[in-house]
Amino acid sequence: MSDFLKIQGLQARIDADGTPKDILKGLDLEIPKGEVHAIMGPNGSGKSTLSYVLAGRDDYEVTGGSATFKGQDLLALEPEERAALGLFLAFQSPVELPGVNNANFLRTAVNAVRRARGEAEMDAVAFLKAVRAETKHLSMSDDMLKRAVNVGFSGGEKKRNEVLQMRLLQPSFAILDETDSGLDIDALRIVAEGVNSLRSPDFSALVITHHQRLLDYIVPDRVHVMAHGRIIHSGGPDIAKTLEKQGYTQFLEAAA
Amino acid sequence: MPAVTETRETVEKLAKSSYEWGFETDIEMDIAPKGLNEETVRLISERKGEPQWMLDWRLKAFRAWLEMEEPTWAHIHHPPIDYQDAHYFAQPKKKPGPKSLDEVDPELLKTYAKLGIPLHEQALLAGVEGAEEARLPVAVDAVFDSVSVATTFRKTLAEAGVIFCPISEAIREHPELVQKYLGTVVPVSDNFFGALNSAVFTDGSFVYIPEGVRCPMELSTYFRINARNTGQFERTLIIAEDRATVSYLEGCTAPQRDENQLHAAVVELIAMEDASIKYSTVQNWYPGDDEGRGGIYNFVTKRGICRGARSKISWTQVETGSAITWKYPSCVLAGEGSVGEFYSVAVTNNHQQADTGTKMIHLAPNTRSTIIAKTISAGHSDSTYRGLVRMQPKARNARNFTQCDSLLIGDQCGAHTVPYIESRNMTARVEHEATTSKISEDQLFYCRSRGLSEEDAVGLIVNGFCREVLKELPMEFAVEAQKLLQISLEGSVG
Ligand SMILES: Nc1ncnc2c1ncn2[C@@H]1O[C@H](COP(=O)(O)OP(=O)(O)OP(=O)(O)O)[C@@H](O)[C@H]1O
Ligand SMILES: [Mg+2]
Repeated sequence: MSDFLKIQGLQARIDADGTPKDILKGLDLEIPKGEVHAIMGPNGSGKSTLSYVLAGRDDYEVTGGSATFKGQDLLALEPEERAALGLFLAFQSPVELPGVNNANFLRTAVNAVRRARGEAEMDAVAFLKAVRAETKHLSMSDDMLKRAVNVGFSGGEKKRNEVLQMRLLQPSFAILDETDSGLDIDALRIVAEGVNSLRSPDFSALVITHHQRLLDYIVPDRVHVMAHGRIIHSGGPDIAKTLEKQGYTQFLEAAA
Repeated sequence: MPAVTETRETVEKLAKSSYEWGFETDIEMDIAPKGLNEETVRLISERKGEPQWMLDWRLKAFRAWLEMEEPTWAHIHHPPIDYQDAHYFAQPKKKPGPKSLDEVDPELLKTYAKLGIPLHEQALLAGVEGAEEARLPVAVDAVFDSVSVATTFRKTLAEAGVIFCPISEAIREHPELVQKYLGTVVPVSDNFFGALNSAVFTDGSFVYIPEGVRCPMELSTYFRINARNTGQFERTLIIAEDRATVSYLEGCTAPQRDENQLHAAVVELIAMEDASIKYSTVQNWYPGDDEGRGGIYNFVTKRGICRGARSKISWTQVETGSAITWKYPSCVLAGEGSVGEFYSVAVTNNHQQADTGTKMIHLAPNTRSTIIAKTISAGHSDSTYRGLVRMQPKARNARNFTQCDSLLIGDQCGAHTVPYIESRNMTARVEHEATTSKISEDQLFYCRSRGLSEEDAVGLIVNGFCREVLKELPMEFAVEAQKLLQISLEGSVG
C-alpha cells in the first residue's frame, strides 16, 4: 500500500519580487502508511517549500507534477481541507497571533477539524482535560495556554507548542520542519517522545532536520537527501550517520 | 472559549443573508405626519403627557437648532438629509396586556426570535401578565420604535432604591430629578444633532442610583428602529450619586430598509464623588447594502461628567453597523482624581464610513484618562479616529494614555488617525501611541493549516486584535460582540 502519500515530479516556484524563482524541480517521494521518513538537505534546498506546498500555502505556484494523499489530489484542496484529511505541518517558524488566546486557538482548531471529520465537538471541560494531559506530557506550563499564540514564546516553547497542536489535532500524516532546532537536550527527548508515542500503523511522518541526533530518538524508516529542489538519494537510517561525518558533498557529486 | 465556536455557527446560520436582522415588523402604529416644525414638537410633548417646563425646554432646543448648521468637519460623505421628510413620532397602538405569549402579536415575537431574545425575556418584553415573576440577571428596558414597550425588574431595582425607567415616565414621575440634570452635560445648544434630539426625542432610558448603592444588576436596553422613515431620537440620562456604581449596556439591531434613516441620540452621564458608571455599547445597525445604499445614519452625542472627586466614567463600544457613524463619547473630568476611560472597536466594511473617537477634558488635578481605540477597515470602507485630549490650567499632574491601532483588510480601505492634544498645564502628561497593521498571509495560512476556514481565521485574528477592548465588556456582551465582529467582516478576504 504505497499510495498513502505519493509525490511525483513536483515542481513549484515562487514570485520573488516580480521574477519567478523555481524551487522544487521535479521532486519524487512516497511515504507509505505507518512509516516515518526523514529529509535532510542543505539550507535553501527547498525542504520548507515542500512542506508549505503540501500544506497548501498559496503563494507557491505548482508548475508541474502531482501529489496525492489517501488517494485524493492533495494540491486541489484548501489548507483547511488538508488539515481535516489528516495532514499536519509543524512550522519551522511558528507564527505569532497577537491577542489570540492559545487555549482558545487550540480548541477552535480541534473542533474545526473534528467537525470536518464528522466527529463530535469537544466541550470546554473535555478539551481542558485533554489539553492538560498533553501539556504535562510535553512539560509545558499551563501559563502557555493563557498567553497569546506564540507571542513572546522562546524558540523552544514555540516548537513545543507545535507538537502540542499536532497531538491535539491527531493527524494521520505530520510534517515536522526542523522541530528539533532550538531545543535543549531534554526538550529534544520530550518532543521526540511526543512523536514516537503517536507512531502506529495509522500514523506517518516526514521529519525535516539538519541533525542526525534527532534521528537517534525518532528512528526513521527511510532517510532522503534533498538538494536543489529534488530528492537526490534515499536509503536507510544509516545515511544520516554518513551525512553527519562527511557532509553532503558525496551525494551532490553523485547526483551531478 | 465557546465564543468562537458560536461565532462560526452564527456565521453559518447567517450565510444565506448578509443581514439577517434586517427585517421589518408589521405592527399597527400611531404615526405623526411627516415634517418638523414647532407643531411637531408640541405634538410630541402632548402625546407624551409632558409638563409645561418640558415643552418649554424642547422649544428652546428647537429654536436653537433652527439657528444651527449641520457640521461638515467630519470625514464622512452623504447626500443632504431632508429633515422635513421624516416622521418624528411613531408608537405601537396600545392594547390591553396579553395573557400569554399565544396572545402576543406573532410579528413581534418573530422579531424577538430573530434577535435571539430568550423566550422568558420575550414574554416580559411583550408585556405578558405575570411574566415579571420570572427571574433574569439582566434588566431590560426595551425601546421598541421609540416607545418602551416593557420595563422589567422594576421591583428588584426599586428595593435597592434604583430608578430605571423610560425617560418619558421619569419626566412625569421624577420631574425634580430630570429637571435638575437633563441638559447639564449636553446643553440644548451644544451641537446640531444634540439640539435636534433635545427638541424631538421620544424616548430613552433614565437611571438614578442613590448614594452608596451598587446597582444589583446590569442594566440593558435593546434599541430597535422599526417604522419606515421614523427618525430615532433616544435620550438617556444616568446619574450615580456619591459612592454609587452602575453598569449599563446598550445594544441594537435594525431592520433592512431602502431609505436612509437618521439616528441622533443623546446620552448624558453624571458621576458624583467616588461613583462609577460603566457604559457599554454594541452597535449593529443596518449598514446599507454592499454599495452602502439604505443604511442608518448614526449621529450620536454621548458625554459624561465626573463631577465628584475620584469618580469614574468608562465608555466601551463595539461599532459594526450604520452606513455612517459620527460619534465621540466623551468625559469631562471635573472632580479631583477622577478617571475617564474610552475603549472602542470600530469596524467598517463595504462602503461604510465611520468618524469616531473621544474627548477627554481634564479640568481638575490628578485626573487620569485612558483611550484604547481599535479600528478595523475592510472593503471600500473608510474609518477615522478623532481624539481630543485637553489639559486645562488646573489639571495638575493629570495623565492621559492614548493608543490607536488600525487593522486593514484588503487594499481598498482607509484608516485615519487624527489626535488633537491641547495642554495648558506643564505638569500634565499625555502619551500617544499609534500603529497600523494588516492581517498577514502568514497568520491566515497558519490558522488555516490548523483546520480553520479563512473567515474563522480572520475572525480569530480580529478578535485578538480587539482583545484589550473586548475584555472590558460584560461577559454576555463580549460573546455577542465577537459574533458581530466576524459577521460584519464576512466576505472581506479572498
Ligand atoms: N518568498 C520567497 N521569496 C524568494 N525566495 C524564496 C521565498 N521563499 C523561499 N525562497 C527561496 O527558496 C529556496 C528554498 O527555501 P526553503 O525555505 O524551502 O529552504 P530549506 O531547504 O527549508 O532551507 P533551511 O534548511 O535553511 O530551512 C531558498 O533559496 C529561499 O531563499
Ligand atoms: Mg526550512
